Formats: sequence, structure tokens, C-alpha cells
Amino acid sequence: MNRRRVIGWAVAGIALGLMSVASAEEPPIKIGMSMPQTGGLAGGGKASLLGIEIWRDDINAKGGLLGRKVELVVYDDKSSASETPALYAKLLDVDKVDLLFAPYATVPTAPIMPLVKQRGMLLMGNFSFQVNSKVHHDMWFNNAPWGPADSWATGFLTLGQKAGGKTVAILSADQEFAQNIATTARDVAKKLNLQVVFDQAYPPSTAEFSSIIRAVNAAKPDIVFVASYPPDSAGILRAVNEIGVGDNVKILGGAMVGLQFGAVMENMGSLLNGVVNFNTWLPEPSMYFDGTKAFFEKYSKRAVQAKVDPLGYYLAPYGYAMGQMIEEAVNATKSLDQKTLAKYLRENTHKTIVGPITFAEDGEWKESATLEAQFRGVKDKNMDQFRSAGKQVILFPDRLKTGDLITPFEDARNK
Amino acid sequence: MQRSSIVFWTGALLFLAVVFAMTQLLRNEYPFFAGYVILQFVVLSVAWTILGGYAGYVNFGTNAFFGVGVYTAVLLVQAYKAPLGVQIAAAAVVGSLLGLGVGLLTLRMRGIFFSIATIALAIVIETTVTNWRFVGGAAGIQLQRPPVTAPFDSYVKMLFFVQALLVVLAVAITRFIQNSRIGRGLHALRDDELAAECTGVPTLRLKLLACVISGALISAGGAPAAMYVQYANPDSAFNLNYSVSVLAMSLIGGTSHWIGPILGAVLLGTTQQFLTVTISSEINVLVLGVMLVVFVVAAPKGIIGLFGKSFRSGGRA
Amino acid sequence: MFSIDLLRDAVVLGVLLGCFYAAVSIGLSISFGLLDVPHVAHPAFLVLASYGVYLLNDSYDIDPLLAGLLLTPLFFLLGLVTYRLYHETFEKRGSDAAVRGIAFFFGVAFIIEVLIILQFGVDQRSVTASYIGKAWRFGDLRIPIRQLVAFAVAIGLTVLLAAYLSKTFMGRAIRAVAQDEEGLRLMGANPVRIKQVAFGIATAVLGIAGALLIIVAPVEPTLDRVYIGRTFCVVVMAGLGSISGTLIASIILGVAESIVLTMFGASWAPAISFALLLGVLAVRPQGLLGR
Repeated sequence: MNRRRVIGWAVAGIALGLMSVASAEEPPIKIGMSMPQTGGLAGGGKASLLGIEIWRDDINAKGGLLGRKVELVVYDDKSSASETPALYAKLLDVDKVDLLFAPYATVPTAPIMPLVKQRGMLLMGNFSFQVNSKVHHDMWFNNAPWGPADSWATGFLTLGQKAGGKTVAILSADQEFAQNIATTARDVAKKLNLQVVFDQAYPPSTAEFSSIIRAVNAAKPDIVFVASYPPDSAGILRAVNEIGVGDNVKILGGAMVGLQFGAVMENMGSLLNGVVNFNTWLPEPSMYFDGTKAFFEKYSKRAVQAKVDPLGYYLAPYGYAMGQMIEEAVNATKSLDQKTLAKYLRENTHKTIVGPITFAEDGEWKESATLEAQFRGVKDKNMDQFRSAGKQVILFPDRLKTGDLITPFEDARNK
Repeated sequence: MQRSSIVFWTGALLFLAVVFAMTQLLRNEYPFFAGYVILQFVVLSVAWTILGGYAGYVNFGTNAFFGVGVYTAVLLVQAYKAPLGVQIAAAAVVGSLLGLGVGLLTLRMRGIFFSIATIALAIVIETTVTNWRFVGGAAGIQLQRPPVTAPFDSYVKMLFFVQALLVVLAVAITRFIQNSRIGRGLHALRDDELAAECTGVPTLRLKLLACVISGALISAGGAPAAMYVQYANPDSAFNLNYSVSVLAMSLIGGTSHWIGPILGAVLLGTTQQFLTVTISSEINVLVLGVMLVVFVVAAPKGIIGLFGKSFRSGGRA
Repeated sequence: MFSIDLLRDAVVLGVLLGCFYAAVSIGLSISFGLLDVPHVAHPAFLVLASYGVYLLNDSYDIDPLLAGLLLTPLFFLLGLVTYRLYHETFEKRGSDAAVRGIAFFFGVAFIIEVLIILQFGVDQRSVTASYIGKAWRFGDLRIPIRQLVAFAVAIGLTVLLAAYLSKTFMGRAIRAVAQDEEGLRLMGANPVRIKQVAFGIATAVLGIAGALLIIVAPVEPTLDRVYIGRTFCVVVMAGLGSISGTLIASIILGVAESIVLTMFGASWAPAISFALLLGVLAVRPQGLLGR
């Protein structure tokens, strides 16, 4: 081997070495999560993921976090509890992610709580309900605006009581989330001195709701609290429309999942009128914060292509907000240390596109921002109407309120 | 002991030794999480084959037995904080009773009627659990793991080893059945139940026995899942996917020899685990669908059917 | 909370619900009941039909029932192809055709699910028609018109199919092939051709059944899994291949479900209907009107 060649190799070697040092300095920050992309929760999961992806693109356009690009590592958990333990083990042990986001919904999240706690990882929750109440992980922060466990039912039942309601019917899906909500509804009803005159859980595979609505009708309630899942919510409203729930009903709805999704609302059309239901974000004047409008402009463009909910009010902005909170915490502390970040998240109020967020001890929002809103003046077969204000008037909580309850239910339906 | 038995038990011990060594040497926990699922499916598929393969009674209610295993464990943890070994043993007992029940209830049913009855039973049991508040009901239940016992340094590693023990147990029992008079009786029953009965095979007793053993093993294989997931809800525990996956694994591997369901479970289980962390979308389900169709069309006797006569039914190994 | 009014309404609504179950099961009563094909993908085909109806209704504003009718020739062809495939790969090779058939059709069902998801996304879909969302009043009894549509269509289908199978030459041949395939072969008929036509008819009926499914409630890509248990139970409880038995069994299930939903603990409804099936099977393994 002649000398020139040796020098040539040496130079090449040094150059290679320098290059690898340069790239070793700037590996991306990896954020790991599983997300339901198939199975029953896929509709919500895909919309939520799009919200998070928009945040990732925004932050990377701004130069990333701590000068590093942000990269998402996402696996499909098939909406199932039995898939997530292995997936989060992979994220932690093989992918060695820097930060963890939880999957959308309670069922896939519940199994990973002990693992995450044991590993001392910060976990940003994604719309699960009370998964931390038994595990007590002090580095858990839920992005959902539920707040205290009973706030959900409190909003709806208080509205009903103010409208003169004395008796309550509770109709719930016999599934995890709806049952938890129904339990809180029973407690709140007791607290408010409302008499529960009907309390039934319908099986998840129910095809037809006429019979059960007939039974609700027979109990003659003033307030009808419904905790249901996407396919059933539509079926229940149809049956309510056909069978009727009686003239004495002041208010109907509460916790019907599904009526937040664009495709469902478009399909239901005028059947929605009068229903009072929970939501997390609505295009009402009180709901716009810094960056909210820009987010939805990006979202509506990308949703078409991604074949997800074209409106995306329910989950997507909260996915984005989850990213914003991490962004704020990392930038403020200049650190990726889990404890440091958790301390920052716990002690500060965070500015996001869904409004300011402050956390309580248990990692839920200190103050509930779960909206109860009434559908009004909805026409058939029109998606775009839901983009304008006034179609879903916010009744609760007071600080975000944009209108008053129209009651009784039969009157409200014709408005 | 026969030579084949010596080979078998040497293999089994070697397998357990490797598994044990893994739990002591590997620090990365992911292989144990993923491996546990695959071993679990090996147990389920092998156990399913006793009834579905040897006897020809296609059990669609694998999810019922699995869920019963999970909820037996949940119940014992809730009520008595029972240790893992007790959970599994109790699940096996409950599973065998359920198997006996299924067998008695379906005494006069053949073929597809039996399969439909097992579907119906699964739904009835799932509904019962859904309405049972003590074990969480529809709302599901979060479970706390007790501290792990030596020599393991993590609970998942221990579960992985326990599931490996169950694999050896299930395979040993299945192998014993296949090589004994029971296996030949079941085989006769499968080919022609009436003829078997006429030639003096105690078809009824054999069928009940197959139901009991298969049920006990499936429930036992499901029991550790409660502690693995640390959460149970009826939707996940009684998921139809268990029935379909186990059926698919057994048929893809081949049901005439105990090695078939092992091959099927390892192949399909690994593929599923691999796809979940690579493609990770609905394509995952598509691959399962295409694999099912291609295998049952192209390899009617499963993988073992492709490898000569040595694994055909009746052959000893 | 017992009242005779409530019971009456529960029974009426239950009968209507039962008729809907009959409409979605009747195809299976031919393909599985008469032809012994373990057609686990039947509900997947049903959901596929619903999405076809949705497409026609959404883009061309065609009435869902008419859309279902328009789909029948397509589904007839789909049935012919499916049976041919099944026959060539399983029936011809004999032995454990049924077991592998189940796995095969599960695979087909998964493939259909994924294709629907890729095309339409995971959101639920529903159709619009003048008779959806309205009710007829009889005194204080109110009946959803869409349920009456399901009722009328189910009765119509049952009568039509029963007449076809007993009155026409082809229909009798289908019945004969179910009972004695060899005999038919000796008479010079081609049993495979006859079975293929029968399977085609069973699948064609799904066009209309799919329309009913999406008229009665919104559909989503994995809805078929719920209907696997339900449709097979109806057919088995009826007694394999009995068209009128299918209607009777469906009505029994519908009424039982409706009464439990209205009068007792609603959450026990699935347990009651399937326990009913187990009971029938344990006492009469050949079903209510079994051959």
C-alpha cells in the first residue's frame, strides 16, 4: 500500500468520523405512542393522531425541540387492552423513545399505567377517563378537559334541575366508559336530590332501540341522561324521534359519544336538534384561543386526504395541545428529564389552542372544561353548517357559555 | 421410555432451560412481552387441537374458555389476593368444569351445531361477566401485581417462564393423548362417529374427556393474561379474535399432529407481532385474512402436510 | 313497572325486530342451511351490500331499497363466483371441507372488512329516505316506519323464497340436492350447477338485506362480527334450510330480546336470546322445524 493511498483512507476515515459525530449530536427526539387505528376506537384514534402529526410538523418547521427534530413512533393497538403492554415495552426498550403519549381512550391506556409508573416515565394521557385513580402515577397528565370525575354528570343534571326537572332516567351502554359515567350520574343525582326513575344498561350489540326508548317513555322522567357509544348514539336518537320520550322531558342527552363526529352529525341532521350533549371543542366565539383557527385550517385540509373526521373538533385539537404542553415544558426547562418535565407540567398553567390548562394532583384538569351544548337549527345532509357558530350553543360551564337552554325537549326539537 | 419420548423430554427441558436463561440474561423486556403472547397462543392452539383436530369438534368458543380463565384469576385476586399458581390451577379447574358442561350440553350435537352452540355459550358467559360488578363488570377492572419472586427480576419475565411451563404441559398432555388409545379413539370418532360407536369405542366418554382437557388447558393458558395486562374488561377477555386466531393457527399448522398447532401459532403469532410494530394499520388484518385463505386453499393439511408422511395422523413422534 | 301496554308494545316491536333478523338471515338459511356451506362471511357480504347501498344513496340519491334491488344481480354473480371457488378448493377434495371452509370464509370476511375500511374509512355510514326517522301512530302505540319496511320486506322475501323452492323446477332441484345429491346425479342433473345457482340466490338476497341493515341502523366496517352469532343462531334454531322456520325463529328471538330490553334488565338481552338457542339445541338438536 503506498503512502498516498494511506493518507486517502485516513482522510476518508476522519471525514466519516466527523459526519457520524455531527449526526450523533442531533438525533431526533422520539415521542412514542400506540393509537387505535383499527377496531372500535379507530375513528377517534385516527383524528387524534392527525392532530398530533400537525403539531409535529409545526414544531419541526420551527426548528424542533432543543434544536432537534421531533419524530413520532406510532403503533396500532387495534383498540384492544391486550395489545398495549407489548407495544409500550417495545417503545421503551427497543425504540428507546424520549417521551411517551398515551393511546386514545381508556381501555388501551389502563394496562400501561403500572408499566409507565414502574419505569418512572412521564405519560401524557389522551382522553381516557379516571385511569390514574387507582395507580396514582405522579407523572400522568391527561389532555382531556374532564376535570374531576363527577363534573360530567354535574353539568348536565344541574341544567336539567334548573329547568325544573325532578326525576332522572339513566340509559347507558354496557361498556367500560359509559358505565363509569353512569356511576357518577347516580351519585350526582343523589347529591342534587333527583329521583332516579329508570336505570338500565343496554348491551353493546343492540341493533334496535325502539323497545328500550318505549320503556324510558313509560317511566315518565323529566331528565334523560344517555351515556352511549358511536353506533348506538345514532340508533337511540332515531328511536327517540320515532317513539318519542314524552312531553315532560326537559332535557335529553349528556354523554353520547359519536355525536361529536362530522360524518355522524351529517347523517343525523335535523334529528340532532334539541339534544344537549357533551363536547370538548366547538366553533363558538368563546372557544378560540391563540392558534386555534390556524390549526383547524391545516386540519381540514389534511383530514380529507387522511380519510378521518372532516371536522375533528372532539379529539384533534387536544392531540395538538398535548404536543404544545410538551413543547412548552421542554423549552422552559431545557431538559428531557422526566421528573423535571413533570414538575413543570404540574406547577404551571399551559397556553394551548384549547385554552389554558392547569393540572390537579391526580393529573386531571384542575377545573373541568367539558362542554354541554345544545344542537339548534341543524338541517339535513350538510356537513359545513357545523363549522359555523350557533349550531351547538354552549350551555355549560358558565365561563364558556354562549346561550341558554331551550326547554322542554319537544319544543327545542322544532327550533 | 421409548426413544421418541426421550427426544421429546430432552427437547422440552432444553426449551425450558433456554427460556430460563433468557429471563436471567436479557435486560430488554420487550422480547418477553411479545414472546408471552406467542407462547400463550401456542398453549391455546395446542389445547384447541385436542377437540378441534383429533376429535373433529370445532370449538368456536375459545374466547369463552380464555375469558373464563382470565376472570377466574381476576376473581381470586379480588377476593383473596391469590398467588399466580393458584390462579392458574383454579382456572384449569373452572375450565374443565366448563368443558364438561359444554360436552354434556352438546352430547347430541354434531359438526357445525356444536360450533354454533359454543358461540352461543361464549355470549351467554360474556354477558354474565359483564353484569357481575364484583369483577368490574362492563366497566373493567385494574389489577395490581404483587412483588415479583426470585429468581426473576421482573413480573413479565416470570409470566413468560410460567407460560413456557404451560406450553410444555399442554404439549406433553396432547402428545400423550395422540399416542394413546384416547387419541386413536378420538380419531375414529372424527372419521365416523357412528361406526366408531359400533366397534365399541366409548365415543361419549372420549368426547367428554376431550372437552374437559381442552377446556382446562385453554382456561389455564388464559389465566396469566389477567396479570399480564393488569386490566380486564369483558370486551377484551372474550374477544372473538381469540377464537379466530386459534382456529387459524391450528389449521395453518395442521391438526393431525401436536407439532402442527405449535408451528401455526409460532408462525402466525410472530407474524402478527411483527406486523403490529412495522406496518401497523388495517393492512395487518388484511395479512391475516390473506394468510388464512392462501393456507387453507394451498395447504389443506397445514404446514405439516407439506412435510411428508412422518407427521400424518397416527404416526408416532 | 309492569304494565300491559308496555308488554303489548314490546311484543309488537319485537315481532318487527324479528322480521328484520329474518331478512338478514334468510340467505344464510339457503347457503348454510340447505347447501352446508359454512358461510361465516355471510354477514361480511351483508355489510358490503350496505356500503353499496350507501354509495348509491349518497352519490345518486337512489332510494335505499331500490339501490338494494339494483345490487342483487351483482351479488348473484358474486355468489356464483364464491361458490365455484369454494367448491373447487374444498368440496371437491372432500374430507374436512367444513372446518377449512370456516377458516376460508373468516379470511374472506377479514379481507372484505379491510377493503371497506380502505375505501370508506372507519366512520359509520347511514342512508336517508323519506321513511327513516318517522313513525306511524296507532292510538298511543308508535311504530318506526323503517321497522315496518323491514317487516314487509322480510315477509315478502320469505313468501317468495318459500314459493320458489317448492313451486319452481329449479327450486325443487335445490331442495333435492340438499337431501340427496347422489340421487340427483343419477337422474342426470348436475348438482354443482344447481348448488351454484342456489348460492347465487342466497347471495343476491343480501343486496336487499344489506339495504335493510343500513335502513334500520348505521353501519360500520366491522359490524359483521356482531351478526355472525346472530344469523347463525337464527338458522340453526330454525332447523337447517327451513325458510318458514327462519322467520319463526327470528320472531321468537326478536320478541324475547324486545321484552327483556323493555321489561327486565336490558343488559341481559344477549344472554337471554342465546340461552334460548342453547335450550332449543339441547332439546331439539335438529332445530325447531328441522329436516
